Amino acid sequence: MKVEQRPADSKSKEAFTDKASLLNLYREMLLIRRFEEKTAEMYQAAKIGGFCHLNIGEEATIVGTISALRPTDYVYSTYREHGHAIAKGIDPRAVMAELFGKETGTSHGRGGSMHLFSADRRFYGGYAIVGQALPIACGSAYAINYKGTDDVVMSSFGDGATNIGAFHESLNVAKLWHLPIVFVCVNNLYGMGTAVNRASAVTEIWKKACAYDMTSERVDGMDVLAVRRITDQLVAQAREEHEPSLLECVTYRYRGHSMSDPDTYRGKDEIKEWQTRDPILSLGEHMKKQKMLTNEEIERIDEEITAQVEDAVKFAEESPEPDPKDLYRDVYAGEGAA
Amino acid sequence: MAVLAMRDALNQALREEMKRDESVFLLGEDIGLYDGSFKVTRGLMKEFGEKRVLDTPIAEEIIIGTAIGAAMSGLRPVAEMMTVNFIMVAMDQVVNAAAHIRYMFGGGTKVPLVIRTPGGGGHQLGAQHSHSHENWFAHVPGLKVVAPGTPADAKGMLKSAIRDDNPVMFIENEGTYAVKGEVPDGEHLVPLDKNEVKRAGDDITICAHSRMLIVAMDAASELEKEGISAEIVDMRALRPLDMAPVIESVKKTSRLITVEEGWRSYGVGSEIASRVYEEAFDYLDAPVARIGAAEVPAPYNKRLEKIAFPGKADVVVTAKALLGKN
Ligand SMILES: Cc1ncc(C[n+]2csc(CCOP(=O)(O)OP(=O)(O)O)c2C)c(N)n1
Ligand SMILES: [Mg+2]
Repeated sequence: MKVEQRPADSKSKEAFTDKASLLNLYREMLLIRRFEEKTAEMYQAAKIGGFCHLNIGEEATIVGTISALRPTDYVYSTYREHGHAIAKGIDPRAVMAELFGKETGTSHGRGGSMHLFSADRRFYGGYAIVGQALPIACGSAYAINYKGTDDVVMSSFGDGATNIGAFHESLNVAKLWHLPIVFVCVNNLYGMGTAVNRASAVTEIWKKACAYDMTSERVDGMDVLAVRRITDQLVAQAREEHEPSLLECVTYRYRGHSMSDPDTYRGKDEIKEWQTRDPILSLGEHMKKQKMLTNEEIERIDEEITAQVEDAVKFAEESPEPDPKDLYRDVYAGEGAA
Repeated sequence: MAVLAMRDALNQALREEMKRDESVFLLGEDIGLYDGSFKVTRGLMKEFGEKRVLDTPIAEEIIIGTAIGAAMSGLRPVAEMMTVNFIMVAMDQVVNAAAHIRYMFGGGTKVPLVIRTPGGGGHQLGAQHSHSHENWFAHVPGLKVVAPGTPADAKGMLKSAIRDDNPVMFIENEGTYAVKGEVPDGEHLVPLDKNEVKRAGDDITICAHSRMLIVAMDAASELEKEGISAEIVDMRALRPLDMAPVIESVKKTSRLITVEEGWRSYGVGSEIASRVYEEAFDYLDAPVARIGAAEVPAPYNKRLEKIAFPGKADVVVTAKALLGKN
């Protein structure tokens, strides 16, 4: 489908001049890209089972938002969350091990690709029911207010999720109860095979927040600096004023909905066109222009990251399977099976 | 020991637990300023403030979802669903989320949450306000399900539920809120996983929970007049299901009736019967008899409604039939 392109956001380029932080964003996005490419490979090699949804193409929406958070802030995501988990600081080894179903995975092999989790990193989970995590994220935000800390919750979900009741119930109470939460809609223009304009009466998702008198923004989700700049503002608003917001990041997934999607509902040209705006390549180009990065450095970073991903695979391969005798572990807290 | 109505016993449990633990808070529709649809939360907003007694919009999914997220983030929410019928719009949160989160995240978090909600019919409220669904929840690993039938158990089990680290479905009954009974003052904890004999007898065992416990007790008094000694086992702990007192009783009486207010098919009685067949088949002198609601959506008409829900007479007739005394 066609979307109106956003004019290039020159202000955000001016706002980030520090090489170290740009390099961080670049590395994080590349790590997610290489991790997901490897994941696809491992899926095809049948090392990974079940459903598997990749973040390729959407890296700027992940890194641009999550890099604006503190370690104690909460992130809630969906089944398309490998990148969010990594960006929130979970070791790629533990993520890959979870995809492999191993005991060393983030969820000890009980969750898989769609249910990554880490209490330590305050990555509060991948949820496989569309829209389900938004109300739960509101609960974390309520707890923050209750305890009087200044943490923030970020709840990430797709364009498709904005048509389900839970989305609207969540925006309503977030505004009503002054919850410190940023709702991030990753608008990749499709919910499975259904384009936004075939599913939503309002195709500019940010407008949906207007019904709740809530701050909302639409940003070019292929431009990590633009995403980061606006997220900084929204996170500050949540943290300091306890005012929620909705951020719509317009982006594109290069691959099918999941590994089992033959991708017949959209044209190859459309995919190619979006790839010309690749978030990682564009940031690289920008940094080269600013003399912050050379082609040699780009190559070296890529080698390092590729090695890191290989190491994650090796770790996952070599990790033990869950012990069958532990099948019933953790159905209930504080005791054995019931 | 004071004599309290069920609703006041529940209120006492909430108040005591809120005093005991700052992390306990209540949320639900009209539980604060309005004092609760059934007045279980009466006075609590005045006493504890709006942060700890949170009036919510009429949006069940956000109520349960908020409670889950708060529970995962260090609080102990007690969510009220105005009636169990309304929880249907939040079943995703109850089953796919509350019950499964701990396991699917590999034990990385816990969900110490209580969902209080009344079921039950008999008030001419028709098909969308009268049913009982504890079997739906009791089907789900990850949930605990309790349904007390006396004010003392209501207090003691609610306190235990609030202190438990798991999602607990705390099923109340609209028809029992005014029922009175002796309730121990202060610290009174009843375990969530223990059923017990509420009346000893020799001839026949009757299993019942919630309002049907009262019906069964009444029936037992009537049976006694006719020389039949019924043993009543209170099935207040539905998941985990404590079968020990049932098995023990059946070994003595050799006859079992199950009574529930919901439909029989795939019901609580079906589960109890299966377990008795598995564990005490040889002790039975007759097939297990299941009593439950007529398999229709609850009718409005008073007479039809009376026929549709199980009552004392059903229990008496079934008991006599099982003993060959009709
Ligand atoms: C309640 C529910 N209905 C249907 C599905 C099946 N499903 C999984 S993902 C998906 C598309 C969601 O699209 P969107 O919210 O845009 O997220 P995206 O996959 O594009 O990231 C559907 C229909 C589901 N998981 N949950
Ligand atoms: Mg989408």
